[in-house]
Amino acid sequence: MTNSNKYTLISGNIKMADAIFQNHTLLTVLPRFGIGLGFGEKTVSKLCQDYGIDEEIFILICNIHTFDYYAPTDDELENLNIKSVLKYLDESHHYYTKKRISEIEVRLQSMNELCPSNHYKIINTFFCEYKLEIINHFTYEEQVVFPYIDQLINGNTPMEFHIEKYEKNHDNIDDKLNDLKSIIIKYLPEENSPNERDERNDILRDIFLFEDDISKHTRIEEKIVIPIVKKIEQNYEKA
Amino acid sequence: MKKHKVAIIEQSELLIKGLEHTLNNSLIFIIDSIVFELPTYVNSAIDIVIVNPNCISQNRKIKIRDLYPSAKIIAMIYHYIDRDAIKQFDDVIEISNSSLKIVQTLENSIKKDVVKNNEMNLEELSDREREILVAVAKGLMNKEIANLHNISVHTVMSHRKNISRKTRIRTVSGLLVYALLNNLIEGNEVLK
Repeated sequence: MTNSNKYTLISGNIKMADAIFQNHTLLTVLPRFGIGLGFGEKTVSKLCQDYGIDEEIFILICNIHTFDYYAPTDDELENLNIKSVLKYLDESHHYYTKKRISEIEVRLQSMNELCPSNHYKIINTFFCEYKLEIINHFTYEEQVVFPYIDQLINGNTPMEFHIEKYEKNHDNIDDKLNDLKSIIIKYLPEENSPNERDERNDILRDIFLFEDDISKHTRIEEKIVIPIVKKIEQNYEKA
Repeated sequence: MKKHKVAIIEQSELLIKGLEHTLNNSLIFIIDSIVFELPTYVNSAIDIVIVNPNCISQNRKIKIRDLYPSAKIIAMIYHYIDRDAIKQFDDVIEISNSSLKIVQTLENSIKKDVVKNNEMNLEELSDREREILVAVAKGLMNKEIANLHNISVHTVMSHRKNISRKTRIRTVSGLLVYALLNNLIEGNEVLK
């Protein structure tokens, strides 16, 4: 059966185009692997070969983005190349900051200019705070967590750090984004013009989509990175 | 993640095996017990009961709710059943359903509960809660707020919980935005 239906897992032998028809949010995943459209009848496997992408990781990430409760089994985790996962997360950070977050930022700024009231200035400030927070979080991962994992898999004596510390640090990052939704939905006073109403809805939609995306990002960290690193750490401690 | 406990009341071994397979493959349900008819007692809190309506006689149907007070009761149907009888269940699965459809039906039955819980948050903030909110937004610590209003830290915390539940805003800076938008605080009061 070549036709993928809504509920089958994405695998190497389905067409990439069918995977997109099945779940259009994969469109946001492609640029992070450097993939453009125009696949023709290419299968996922072929596409990965052509682009020199780790197929296992690509499929895993597509499935996490497609199914809410999807997570790899212990056996699957055993053979994963964690370096490819880290590379993807790193790319995602760039994608989020350069594209998704800045899109919301630009929209908020133009609202600020469009509307005379102070409201958007307040919201703008709040969003800037969030942006700073999440960029700090990304930087921490890139400069502390990822290098630590790198060292660990290269067999070097790890620095004074434990993945558990990162795990504990990991909560609450989405709280501000959540608050922003509540504020725009519930507490921003009624719009003055149809233009403002449309723009506001668009901002909100962007935030919801971004939030979904970032929740998948978090899931990759929690269901793939942390378990794998914990296992390596345990092996170290045994040795 | 917490798994939801499922009890199955069914006599067909084939169907039980099928359900077991379907639910074990989903990551959010765990089968707690399988029985052929309505048991006389249940010793753990069940989230969902999947029941063949024919396994519980008409006059005992009321009792299934007593037995599983907090559970969603889902009928599993494979031949004709009276329309009114179906109404007594929270939802229905049919044996022609795909595995995924079955899992989704079970998931939805639980979600409905969450919606109901949210509906209980309809109330507005009380005057006291508004006062506490302003204090929090101004950056005061729980202990300072307690002293200021002559209440215990515990009470402050419980107010804060209710504020966040009602407004759906959790962070201090989010509450500050709330306070500013609602004119509870003047902009120049917080600008340093």
